[in-house]
Amino acid sequence: MAKEDVLLLDFWVSPFCSRVKIALAEKGVAYQQRGEDIFGGKSELLLKSNPIYQKVPVLLHDGKPMCESTNIVQYIDETWPSPPLLPSSAYDRARARFWADFIDKKLFDAGGNIWKTKGEDQAAAKKELIQILKYLEGGLGDKDYFGGDSFGFVDIIAIPLTNWFFAYEKFGNFKVEEECPKFAAWTKRCLGRESVAKTLPDPQQVVEFVSMMRKMHGIE
Amino acid sequence: MEEVKLFGYWVSPFCRSVEIALKIKGIQYEYIEEDLTNKSPQLLQYNPVYKKIPVLLHNGKPIAESMVILEYIDETWKNNPILPKDPFEKARARFWANFVDQKCFPALWKTIWSTSEQYEQNKAEALERLKVLENELGGKRFFGGDSIGMVDIVANFIGFSFRTIQEALKLDVFTEDNFPKLWEWAENFVNCSPVKKCLPPQDKLIANFPPAYMGKTLVSSFQSRLQLPPPGGC
Repeated sequence: MAKEDVLLLDFWVSPFCSRVKIALAEKGVAYQQRGEDIFGGKSELLLKSNPIYQKVPVLLHDGKPMCESTNIVQYIDETWPSPPLLPSSAYDRARARFWADFIDKKLFDAGGNIWKTKGEDQAAAKKELIQILKYLEGGLGDKDYFGGDSFGFVDIIAIPLTNWFFAYEKFGNFKVEEECPKFAAWTKRCLGRESVAKTLPDPQQVVEFVSMMRKMHGIE
Repeated sequence: MEEVKLFGYWVSPFCRSVEIALKIKGIQYEYIEEDLTNKSPQLLQYNPVYKKIPVLLHNGKPIAESMVILEYIDETWKNNPILPKDPFEKARARFWANFVDQKCFPALWKTIWSTSEQYEQNKAEALERLKVLENELGGKRFFGGDSIGMVDIVANFIGFSFRTIQEALKLDVFTEDNFPKLWEWAENFVNCSPVKKCLPPQDKLIANFPPAYMGKTLVSSFQSRLQLPPPGGC
């Protein structure tokens, strides 16, 4: 497939963009990438492709835009079926979508509440994050990955968000590994995968980005 | 023999979404009404994360979250599809279903609970969302095209419950004048056979709104507002 058929509008630190990049890497799909200046001024293509939310990621395939990362990952799985990211049975696919939806609704905002707050509010936010991770540990069970033996859809939805955990741990003064060892083990397992390791930014750079955001929010 | 059970609550538009999909596909199911002030052990067992309805049980296996259930139904029973086959069109349908669920529903919900002071601002936000939705509908009969699809199903609150509640409270958010295409969609939608079978009588909805589990204060506040004149400057 020619590179110019697939274009990703991207922001380097966005875990949502990372989801799309990991999915494309898993499928071996060649694509072009264009970094957006989120704070300076979003491109005309982005505003035209995602007029409702004006956010990244946007995937353009043959010029047709798709928005919302979980949506995009499903599109990638359906368009380039091999290797499959979603399980084959309808019930297992429903379980996978349930966990992806849970992660989307809960995880990033809970993390955000940790770095955006202090004192009692932060303590409550930490408690909430740990509870969310414990639910995810329940979903993982004794499996290596959420889908079973193979890295797949839910892992792709979740793993980029863990890239921000270093920042949450620093500003929240706690360690995920101590509270949720099973989740930490799953994280390490996924980080060993080439598509993940090559995609995710250096966690230290994420810390610097979050530190800048804290200053912008007047927290530091 | 397929065993299909639905744990639901008759007022809930999320539950209604699932019922409409089951009716479209002609699936026989047992409906179990939950008392949300006293949830059954089965509900808590089948949906331990959220402890909410709807939950679909298919041959003993539970599925929670209405949009996840809709996709499951569509993948399991292939007749009368509610999602397009083409991956791009499917992605579009999922996007709009999420927009209805996460942006339209909360905005409309807020207008129902607005004080006089809040009403105009909340109404403005709701109007903005409905405008986006109407633009997406364009000249189509339904969001799904010639027949109803997932987006229409998820928007059942707009088509039925919201218009009923709005009329009772004398609100002017979703009107035929403001949104002629969306209004026509709503009329066509509620008259669709599988949808009609799932709609309670309007007076029963009003008499039992809001659901008891939302608390006595909210219930009596709503019932007393039915007697008041229209809010804001309308």
